Amino acid sequence: VLTAEDKKLIQQTWGKLGGAEEEIGAEALLRMFHSYLPTKTYFPHFDLSPGSDQIRGHGKKVVAALGNAIKNLDNLSQALSELSNLHAYNLRVDPVNFKAGRGMGTDAKPRFSLQFLSQCLQVTLATRLGKEYSPEVHSAVDKFMSAVAAVLAEKYR
Amino acid sequence: LPRLLIVYPWTQRFFDNFGNLSSPTAIIGNPKVRAHGKKVLTSFGEAIKNLDNLKGTYSKLSELHCERLHVDPENFRLLGDILVIVLAAHFGKDFTPACQATWQKLVGLVAHALAHKYH
Repeated sequence: VLTAEDKKLIQQTWGKLGGAEEEIGAEALLRMFHSYLPTKTYFPHFDLSPGSDQIRGHGKKVVAALGNAIKNLDNLSQALSELSNLHAYNLRVDPVNFKAGRGMGTDAKPRFSLQFLSQCLQVTLATRLGKEYSPEVHSAVDKFMSAVAAVLAEKYR
Repeated sequence: LPRLLIVYPWTQRFFDNFGNLSSPTAIIGNPKVRAHGKKVLTSFGEAIKNLDNLKGTYSKLSELHCERLHVDPENFRLLGDILVIVLAAHFGKDFTPACQATWQKLVGLVAHALAHKYH
């Protein structure tokens, strides 16, 4: 549950990005495609090389949606409801992604692929904010991204 | 390690005897937490020197975490992701996508090696 303090930290952090939001979106996506290869399967129609116009365009969309969510932290469900429908019914991004591994056996855990985007967005923010990406900020952003993922997954079934 | 305890507070269950974990400030300043964080990272250093034999390197630690500490291996993944973020904050731009990809692989493999002896 996002506390008042969390919400403040999230809004403050977003405020620090000073117009670089688009680049951040593109970078987060690029990192995700590099670190989590299965995520590329949702973008066969994209040029996935660094600097690609499509990645920039899509990164911009993602960041705009997150920015909107941040302005509506008290009602994420509604703010993200169209996106939720889109991801569930049209895009059908797999909410359960078994970790690709070498014979994982009992330690294979289902992972929501939006968690990969969350990790990569956080890495991108951390590289830019350095020390300012404190444990408290980290915690607030992580909670926020989990809440976003939960809303997007609401409509799956 | 302090971040793990702050961002995923349920992980504190493994550190009951570490003293004051009541707030982020307390956790960050807690000497036992810092000392343990150092242990964990030192062990990562060992892994990096033995990249061809992670399972061997972590064999004893795996048994320890399973048989004595009873840690759910999912926690290793959480710590791995946190380590990647800490590195990103530390190295800034130098922590490129390619660098991150390699480290995500490494933390995944370490988590796997640590879980290997579970039964």
